Amino acid sequence: MPLDLLQEARRQAEICNACRYCEGYCSVFPALHQKRVFTDGDITQLANLCHNCRGCYYACQYTAPHEFDLNLPKALAEVRRDSWERFAWPAPAARAFHTHGTMIAAASVLGFALLFLAIRAIGSAGGEGFYAALSHNAMVAIFAPAFLFPLASLAVGLRRYWRSVGGARIRWAHLVGAFGMVAKMKDLAAGHGDGCNFEEEDRFSHARRYAHQLVMYGFLLCFAATSAGTVMHYGFGLHAPYGLFSLPKLLGVPGGVMLAAGTGWIAWLKLSADREVGDATAWGGEMGFVLLLGFVAVSGLALYALGGTGAMPLMLALHLGAVLSFFLLTPYTKMAHGFYRLAALVRDAQRKQETAPGTGNEATA
Amino acid sequence: MTSQFDIAVIGGGNAALCAAMTAAEAGARVLILETAPKSYRGGNSRHTRNFRCMHGGPLGPLVDSYGEEEYFADLLKVTSGKTDEGLARLAIRTSEECLPWMEAHGVRFQPSLSGTLSLARTNAFFMGGGKSLVNAYYRTAESLGVEVLYEAAVTHLELEGDRIAWVDYTHEGATHRIEPKAVIVASGGFQADTEWLTRAWGPAAENFLIRGTPYNRGVVLADLLEQGVSQVGDPTQCHAVAIDGRAPKFDGGIVTRLDCVPFSIVVNKDAERFYDEGEDVWPKRYAIWGRLVAAQPDQVGYVIIDAKSLELFMPSVFPPIKADTLEELADKMGLPPAKLRATVEAFNAACGDTSAFHPTELDGVATTGLEPPKTNWARPITEPPFYGYSLRTGVTFTYLGLKVDETAQCSTESGPIRNLWAAGETMAGSILGQGYLAGFGMTIGTVFGRIAGREAAAYAA
Ligand SMILES: Cc1cc2nc3c(=O)[nH]c(=O)nc-3n(C[C@H](O)[C@H](O)[C@H](O)COP(=O)(O)OP(=O)(O)OC[C@H]3O[C@@H](n4cnc5c(N)ncnc54)[C@H](O)[C@@H]3O)c2cc1C
Ligand code: HEM
Ligand code: SF4
Ligand code: SF4
Repeated sequence: MPLDLLQEARRQAEICNACRYCEGYCSVFPALHQKRVFTDGDITQLANLCHNCRGCYYACQYTAPHEFDLNLPKALAEVRRDSWERFAWPAPAARAFHTHGTMIAAASVLGFALLFLAIRAIGSAGGEGFYAALSHNAMVAIFAPAFLFPLASLAVGLRRYWRSVGGARIRWAHLVGAFGMVAKMKDLAAGHGDGCNFEEEDRFSHARRYAHQLVMYGFLLCFAATSAGTVMHYGFGLHAPYGLFSLPKLLGVPGGVMLAAGTGWIAWLKLSADREVGDATAWGGEMGFVLLLGFVAVSGLALYALGGTGAMPLMLALHLGAVLSFFLLTPYTKMAHGFYRLAALVRDAQRKQETAPGTGNEATA
Repeated sequence: MTSQFDIAVIGGGNAALCAAMTAAEAGARVLILETAPKSYRGGNSRHTRNFRCMHGGPLGPLVDSYGEEEYFADLLKVTSGKTDEGLARLAIRTSEECLPWMEAHGVRFQPSLSGTLSLARTNAFFMGGGKSLVNAYYRTAESLGVEVLYEAAVTHLELEGDRIAWVDYTHEGATHRIEPKAVIVASGGFQADTEWLTRAWGPAAENFLIRGTPYNRGVVLADLLEQGVSQVGDPTQCHAVAIDGRAPKFDGGIVTRLDCVPFSIVVNKDAERFYDEGEDVWPKRYAIWGRLVAAQPDQVGYVIIDAKSLELFMPSVFPPIKADTLEELADKMGLPPAKLRATVEAFNAACGDTSAFHPTELDGVATTGLEPPKTNWARPITEPPFYGYSLRTGVTFTYLGLKVDETAQCSTESGPIRNLWAAGETMAGSILGQGYLAGFGMTIGTVFGRIAGREAAAYAA
């Protein structure tokens, strides 16, 4: 199966290499046009570089019913997802979640249940606020491994990725280049900056790009809020609950709102997009991931709003349960995309540096 | 029945869309009748990549300048003077204002593609190619209120004295008749009608491949010519190039081009060489080879290269046929093996000093005492594995068409037809008597499409 996916993407890449009409859209084509023969690693790198903006699909004169049957965004999306499944450690976990939204839902319910049980069994050790429902030590006992394990797993996956695409030593300039692309999500704007073709065939729009940046920056703010809380707890002996003008709240509340709004927007856009121009088999898993992420945000905000009421323990179990599942599933769901895509952009920054401008294939103009 | 539309535009490619948008902006109610289904809309225009544009200084993606005189001189060179100077200069001069107009109507440009540096100054490349141009135009046209009917094949325009009285077309199995005030014909050439090509070229034309849309069958063109509308050009004139012989019969597009001829020897099916493969750089020779191959038995040629030349040209869509010996290659390609070896050996023996070999310049590395000679890039074919491609004639578009004046208006012997205009491929013969200049097809369509739209709207108002 993976061989077929790679082979199909290779077939299409070879057609694009003879055509080159899409060269201006994104980072994929300049990288593609530097090769004549595509190894499995080359195809994997191109796949992870592709942002599924779909510009090249709607611009292509060879899409079905044409016999060349081009659908590069789909072919690359399938290779990409397959590469995440192959590189993940342990791989069976990735195969279970990437393509199965129901498995993500089940894992989330399991997370809730675990937290309910924990709250029931361990309960308060006489703490205040949330710690009245679940002691701080119990939270750490649950979340420290749930945070570290996925990180270790991702490290293994990324190492495998880096080997497969022939990555070189990473330098500061490569990181600057890659983060520059991420910060503006340039490849979702197309080369002309009009956006991608997601919601309505060939219409260009920035909706997906903006929604993504809401999610991404919202997520990073939430993450920063949690980190700030941890530092305040251990570093300064300042314990939750924090006031509205504390760092965790100042970062967390806007972050949560952005994350909630952004995931809702992405889910909505995803409903109108043509599934066949992406990895249709993974649609459920992707949607599951988006909704879980949204649920983390909404339950976090609800917890904040209902923190002083009797609903608090219930909300705490739901929120922490969702966070727990989200963390644990990170290497095995669409959440892995951020890490692999970042790696692909770093690799592409290296490629750009390796080849001075103008040394493309210009043998016979 | 009177029509709810002022103007019917026949065709759904670049020329048709430029006409429709211009007319709609002038206030006309416009209907586009496109014979192709939506997925194949846009005719040959969806296969294009650039248009040739005059410019006095840097303009959009174009560097330096490209003035009217240089542009016209380039045109004279390729057409051997067979061009209507007035119309040609009109097209050239107007091309400069087309670029910003195209951008305003949704087209986006990109820097010259890798492998096409020689065109960076003269040709503006569409980002995503012609289909993205066509997509953008359809969106803009629809936002201007233009109605589009797909799978609407126009079968007849009724010429009544000096005006078109009605338009017949079929749609969803039924025949319809409309009576617009004005009609713009932008339905391309007749290259996809093999029978018509055969009438002009003889049976050889059955082996021609059609590089673009299967829908340009010249139905409207034939219908109008039969009714005495003035024609221009000769039915054997067309833009034809040598392409990969394995390309599909229709619609193979750009990816079927082969750039390896200068580094090869080319033989016919009897394994005999027939022309100087190294006469000039390929962009200046690929059109000639379309005709050369058409003149060979079965209208087919075979390109033979060896391992050292494989990476010297742009990759193409089909991998070459590969073999360790010349005999094996001949077998795989259906050539007489002994003859092929003899031809290659004769060629190799005629090669001399190859130290000056330079793949992108005329290097003068030539054969001596060989007929026909190879005057550049002549390196012996010795290094296995050997590679082969078959070559066939690929027709881009035909030149026989409707004769128009500088307002894109059609006429009969007795004078102009009051409400009939033509644009694009279907009237390109008015400007191109023979030969072709890369990117000029889209220039003609854009310039004359806009003129036709303007004139028709003024008439209908
Ligand atoms: C592979 C390829 C690459 C090319 N590259 C370039 C390039 O880079 N630059 C350039 O300038 N030129 C290029 N050309 C030439 C260029 O395509 C044409 O000159 C140009 O597109 C002509 O535009 P048009 O609108 O007149 O015709 P088309 O775009 O062919 O449109 C004709 C339309 O008429 C419709 N039609 C036909 N018959 C009927 C009927 N009876 N009723 C209703 N509709 C009908 C067709 O479906 C089609 O939509 C290329 C051609 C090919 C094949
Ligand atoms: C590291 C840099 C990142 C890059 C380069 C990146 C890139 C992308 C791209 C290109 C897409 C759309 C294509 C696709 O669906 O496959 C996408 C989707 C998405 N991203 Fe990111 N992303 C990054 C980080 C993040 C982060 C930190 C989050 C927050 C958790 C996030 C959340 C999402 C979501 C929710 C989707 C929609 C998923 C879907 O539609 O299936 N991304 N990302
Ligand atoms: S996607 Fe289609 S139009 Fe774009 S480069 Fe590939 S073959 Fe060409
Ligand atoms: S879908 Fe977008 S990002 Fe992916 S290859 Fe096509 S143009 Fe590039």
